[in-house]
Amino acid sequence: MDFVAGIAAAAIILFARFITAVRAVWQGIEPVPRQRVYFANHVSHGDFILLWTVLPVRMRRRTRPVAGADYWLKSPIRRFIGRDVFNAVLIDRNRDSRTDDPVAQMTEALDGGASLIVFPEGTRNETGTRLLPFKSGLYHLAKARPAVDLVPVWIDNLNRVMPKGEFVPVPLICTVTFGAPLHVGSDEAKDAFIARAEQALLALSPDTQSNGR
Amino acid sequence: MTAAHLDLIKLLAGLAAILVAASIAGYVLQRRLSPDGSNAVVENLNDRVKAWWVMIVLMGLALLFGRIGIVLLFGFASFAALREFVTLTDTRRGDHWALASAFFLILPFQYYLIFIDWYGMYSIFIPVYAFLLLPIAAALRGDTDQFLVRISEVQWALMICVFCVSHVPALLTLQIPGYEGRNLLLIAFLVVVVQSSDVLQYVWGKLLGRTKIAPDLSPSKTVEGFIGGAASATLLGAALSWMTPFTPVQAGALSLVIVLMGFFGGLVMSAIKRDRGVKDWGHLIAGHGGFIDRLDSVIFSAPIFFHIVRYWWSTT
Repeated sequence: MDFVAGIAAAAIILFARFITAVRAVWQGIEPVPRQRVYFANHVSHGDFILLWTVLPVRMRRRTRPVAGADYWLKSPIRRFIGRDVFNAVLIDRNRDSRTDDPVAQMTEALDGGASLIVFPEGTRNETGTRLLPFKSGLYHLAKARPAVDLVPVWIDNLNRVMPKGEFVPVPLICTVTFGAPLHVGSDEAKDAFIARAEQALLALSPDTQSNGR
Repeated sequence: MTAAHLDLIKLLAGLAAILVAASIAGYVLQRRLSPDGSNAVVENLNDRVKAWWVMIVLMGLALLFGRIGIVLLFGFASFAALREFVTLTDTRRGDHWALASAFFLILPFQYYLIFIDWYGMYSIFIPVYAFLLLPIAAALRGDTDQFLVRISEVQWALMICVFCVSHVPALLTLQIPGYEGRNLLLIAFLVVVVQSSDVLQYVWGKLLGRTKIAPDLSPSKTVEGFIGGAASATLLGAALSWMTPFTPVQAGALSLVIVLMGFFGGLVMSAIKRDRGVKDWGHLIAGHGGFIDRLDSVIFSAPIFFHIVRYWWSTT
């Protein structure tokens, strides 16, 4: 299964590069193998694939996306991709029915040595706004493991490649921009930290950087 | 076949020799002037030389596989160019079908037509059929905002990145009496003249450049660089007449046309970049910006070169 998963991963990466010629921009942080939580904007199911694709191979192996179990356990093929190929930390997004605490699952993965990819908006952003308000999970995770770098990552253009409801992607060049890491202050309030994290992520968007085209 | 291959090998060996010299010069310059990678001009030069190696190897491989190799190589170049071009347009949701069919139907079909040598179709497929059908696909989606701008951008992207580029492999389909089996050399001639004109203009501009030609468009282009580069590339083209069906004078005249179209094509593409607020089309080739940055002069010269040669030399 590992071998098949390796082939599948290589095929997915090749396909992602073919469609998006994706390029990493490291702004204020270097691609070195430190333990990190990458938090990114979320517009498509392909987001973590792009982020994962641009990481150097060694870091990629130790980086696990955090994803909704409801989506990734729905069919055998999704389960294979989610579990075996990406080794995702699958969390139950339904507050009422869930038995596991997502933050506990994530800290457990961190304690196992992995880096994480999280989407603090909690769901895909299908509105016209650039970013949905963050859920509080990022704050609780930062509080639980304050030493881990929280790295904002802006994924640009993927929403144009594959808008909601389309099944054929349009090849367009995408970039993945990594920003300077954040840490939660020892007496920083939840709302203040969340606002700071949102700002740090928005600041990486090309629209912000070029003041809109 | 063998004589053509011999000429091709001569040409590739010549280019490789030039590149070896350039690589050595780049290495020495780097040791002397930029040991810590701080001299931007030297680093830029070395990046260009490296990219040139990649291009020569790719060309060599494609030539080895003959027609199918060339068609696939330029088909991929078209794909990469189209991807860069569309990235910079204002297309949106409503254009999704039109864009997806541009990439996955129109582009492969155009190159298939070239491969099977259906001149009557490949020369009008994009200017007529795609031109009329794509706006229909966009209109059916119902989004009328900026409609004319959006459909024009898609058509322009296809004309530039697919239609024009596909005229390079189309050179293989020409039937020139006494030149059978050697058409690959026509491609080599076109590419060498265009690219050396770019390089020579850069060199002449660095050496003597004073008067800017189009300061608003392309600040690095100078009258001195243009005249020196155009003249020396024309002479180079005339000197390459041994690999073409042309006399030295004809080869020189065709080279001049190629060089002029390439130069002005570069200006047009710069104007588009300015309009979109970017410096390079992309970042696919280190030191060369994007694919279109390398192809822009070929894009404008290939169809004209193709039609001149077809009209006066080809029997088809």
